[in-house]
Amino acid sequence: MDNNNSTQDKKTLTLEDVVIHFAGDSGDGMQLTGSQFTTSSAIAGNDLNTFPDFPAEIRAPAGTTYGVSGFQIHFGSRKIHTPGDTSDVLVAMNPAALRVNLKHLRDGGTIIVNNQGFTPKNLKLAGYEKNPLDDDSLSNYQIHRVDISKLTANALEDLNLGSKIVDRCKNFFALGLMYWMYNRPIEPTLSWIKVKFKNKPELIEANTRALKAGLHYGDITEIFTTRYEVRPAKLTPGAYRNITGNTALALGLVAAAQKSDLELFLGAYPITPASDVLHELSQFKNFNVKTFQAEDEIAAVSAAIGASYAGGLGITATSGPGMALKMEAIGLAVMIELPLVIANIQRGGPSTGLPTKTEQADLFQAMFGRNSEAPLCVLAASTPNDCFIMAYEAVRIAVKYMTPVILLSDGYIANGAEPWRIPKASDLEKIDIKFPTNPENFLPYKRDEKTLARPWAIPGTPNMQHRVGGLEKEDKTGNISYDADNHQKMVDYRTEKIERIANDIPDAVVHGDIEGELLVVGWGSTHGAITSAIERLRLNGKSVSHVHLRYLNPLPKNLGEIMYNFKNILVPELNKGQLSTILRSKYLVPAIGYNKVQGLPFKAAELENKIEEILRG
Amino acid sequence: MAETAEKEQKKYTAKDFQSDQDVRWCPGCGDYSILAQAQRVFPDIGVEKKDIVWVSGIGCSSRFPYYMDTYGLHGIHGRAPIIASGVKMARPDLSVWVATGDGDLLSIGGNHFIHACRRNIDIKILLFNNQIYGLTKGQYSPTSEFGKITKSTPWGSIDYPFNPVALALGAECTFVARTIDRDPKHLQTMIKAASEHTGTAFIEIYQNCNVFNDGAFFHLTEKGKKENNVVVLEHGKPLIFGADNDKGIRLEGFTPKVVDISNGEFSRDDLLVHNENNKDDVLAYIFSRMTYDPDLPTPIGVFRKINKPTYDSEMQKQIHTSIEKRGKGDLDELFNKGETWVVK
Repeated sequence: MDNNNSTQDKKTLTLEDVVIHFAGDSGDGMQLTGSQFTTSSAIAGNDLNTFPDFPAEIRAPAGTTYGVSGFQIHFGSRKIHTPGDTSDVLVAMNPAALRVNLKHLRDGGTIIVNNQGFTPKNLKLAGYEKNPLDDDSLSNYQIHRVDISKLTANALEDLNLGSKIVDRCKNFFALGLMYWMYNRPIEPTLSWIKVKFKNKPELIEANTRALKAGLHYGDITEIFTTRYEVRPAKLTPGAYRNITGNTALALGLVAAAQKSDLELFLGAYPITPASDVLHELSQFKNFNVKTFQAEDEIAAVSAAIGASYAGGLGITATSGPGMALKMEAIGLAVMIELPLVIANIQRGGPSTGLPTKTEQADLFQAMFGRNSEAPLCVLAASTPNDCFIMAYEAVRIAVKYMTPVILLSDGYIANGAEPWRIPKASDLEKIDIKFPTNPENFLPYKRDEKTLARPWAIPGTPNMQHRVGGLEKEDKTGNISYDADNHQKMVDYRTEKIERIANDIPDAVVHGDIEGELLVVGWGSTHGAITSAIERLRLNGKSVSHVHLRYLNPLPKNLGEIMYNFKNILVPELNKGQLSTILRSKYLVPAIGYNKVQGLPFKAAELENKIEEILRG
Repeated sequence: MAETAEKEQKKYTAKDFQSDQDVRWCPGCGDYSILAQAQRVFPDIGVEKKDIVWVSGIGCSSRFPYYMDTYGLHGIHGRAPIIASGVKMARPDLSVWVATGDGDLLSIGGNHFIHACRRNIDIKILLFNNQIYGLTKGQYSPTSEFGKITKSTPWGSIDYPFNPVALALGAECTFVARTIDRDPKHLQTMIKAASEHTGTAFIEIYQNCNVFNDGAFFHLTEKGKKENNVVVLEHGKPLIFGADNDKGIRLEGFTPKVVDISNGEFSRDDLLVHNENNKDDVLAYIFSRMTYDPDLPTPIGVFRKINKPTYDSEMQKQIHTSIEKRGKGDLDELFNKGETWVVK
């Protein structure tokens, strides 16, 4: 290889953070490319945040705009809260990928295209009348036209592989080029290739060559004159790995099951974007985890209720349409007061809606989606990391208070990834479970004085046979009762039991000053965007603070007090104003909603603009 | 442990299985008989009370668990088989029973029923089939006959009924039986047989609703009628019925025909002999189809009883194998899976 143009001739710039967006056909392997770049960046010591954006169709027709699959990664030497509002670099494997993602590229940003992807057919499919690379329509950007397909084919020429296989290696060429440009280590990807294709040596060779060819191309070509360095971030010392929200949620559940000595039982029906929870948990059989792919959503939750009745840790995971189907059964769990964790990985709705896009519009459903007065505990995870913590919390509360707990996550944090500081199992708080065994004076609905929880007496316990069911229960005995006063009493008990959980959860924490012009109250996956916006505004001297709620029912006891110390309260949500409605009605505060339902997360800049607008008055 | 269980259960009588709750079915309801026979049989099934769970859905029949002094879960409409499946999956050591009705199991809960059958999960399902909705006061059910006039079908029902036995056979249920509330001995035998089966056991019990569908099965239960209208399936025996055991069922091609065995034209040797363990379902299915044929008697008894691994035991097996192969799960190892790095 001609090495006349070596790295030494090229300059290296140091950047604080970079956003790269990989985009191509759904079959181009962009998710894989993105996740490899993520691992490599994590190992390079950066903080990061990622966002995969893919179509609901498995392999949408090649070249179409609706078939574009993208992966955005934001990495830096500082704390990174979001995958980035706009990208600095767009890697586009075809015209459709360019067209769909150009609007998210910052002015002056870099475009790297696969020249061979810009065929007349693909240009037409993307709706370009002429090739945008040939005119000056992209003059605001730095365009690099790279013969990615051709150079990949050249590198693999003597391997005698079919043209399809060769073409499928082109994403690794692009990856190699980006590794060169951002000084990433390639070893993690090389070892990944070896494991992935361990029975196909020819594919190990092909992908390794494609990756190295991309790397060397950066080195020798004249079109790239600069490479960049992004130094390690200052992260809390410890061991780390990358984790998506769904994986973190699954691990949190297994951990809680282990720490409570319960057998985890997951009933689930495949649904986007929750299926990964089932996939993950199905691997953990040696942790006594039982996973059951049910015949439908109702069956999934009903089996989990049966498991809880029998003394297992009943869990179900789903998304909005599945939640709708499960609600009657969740009402049963409220009535028979059994522990149950329902993870709702929210997506765009209503109905089938936008299966692969994110939304936070199931809060009302979680709060009020059942017939009659059927209160339960509602939690929300705010980041991929937080999915672990809140899954653990959901189990703790469910078993302590004998109640269903709905844990809200969403597609954005479920599929998004960030570094996770790996906890030590021994540091996790033990969850105490007491199955009563003394039949003397045993009554199935005699409540714990403090928590109001009823005893969890399980089949197999001698002389404690009893019956529970969906009909109203008589206080203490649990026998069927249609008595008017008893019904009032039992409804009140069920309500108060959930309210008392407020004594057992952390206070809400204000980020920023505890009084001021404006308080942003957020929940769930908007955490990153809000945090970024608030950080920047506070640097500019604005009087803004942030509270992020992870406990939505009951709410933290100090929330009202916090809110009363601010002139304005802004509640940004990816819905039409659900938390803001709850806060207004519960606390009589003038909360203003900032609402977006586009299937996409907030951009920090959108929030900054909105906050500044309010501050201007 | 097994020995203790044996000793303890021997002490049980029918009374031991009566709970302290008042039974609230209408006087004269067939459910009373089913409850009484279950309470009579349960002392003999070899399971301690503490290890028995009754699960039900919604409807008259679904009150059943409240009256049995075992563990009980009165669930929601149609979901009894899947709630029971959850109990069994979590705790394969328990003996899990379902009490359900024709609306509960075959209408709103049809999906869970067929999937329980195909999985061969070790639960016992007792279908109280009265061919009517009782608790909602008299609408036609998925087993009501075509043309049935009820509150919701003043012009007659235009739904064709399910044949529950045929449905269970079609869904690969490994134990399928039918019995009648007014034949206590037979009912007891069927419950006992179900208790001895490992796998999904399904018993269709014809049950008289004396308020909304009185007499639906009188042709099968009343003296002078039942003799000619019921044929009892017994393993290894020919299909014989009639007041004087003078009739039998013979197969002509694939069609069962009634023949007279008293006049010398046909003998017992010409008759169909029942083999409940037949893995090939054809005969059981043919028997199931005799149900609604006015020229043929209605079969009761065990249609099919075959063995295959159950869902719950397979689930348990995977867990054991996984622990054997990988060792008992270690959380720290799990957390550290994949690429990790250390920040100092």
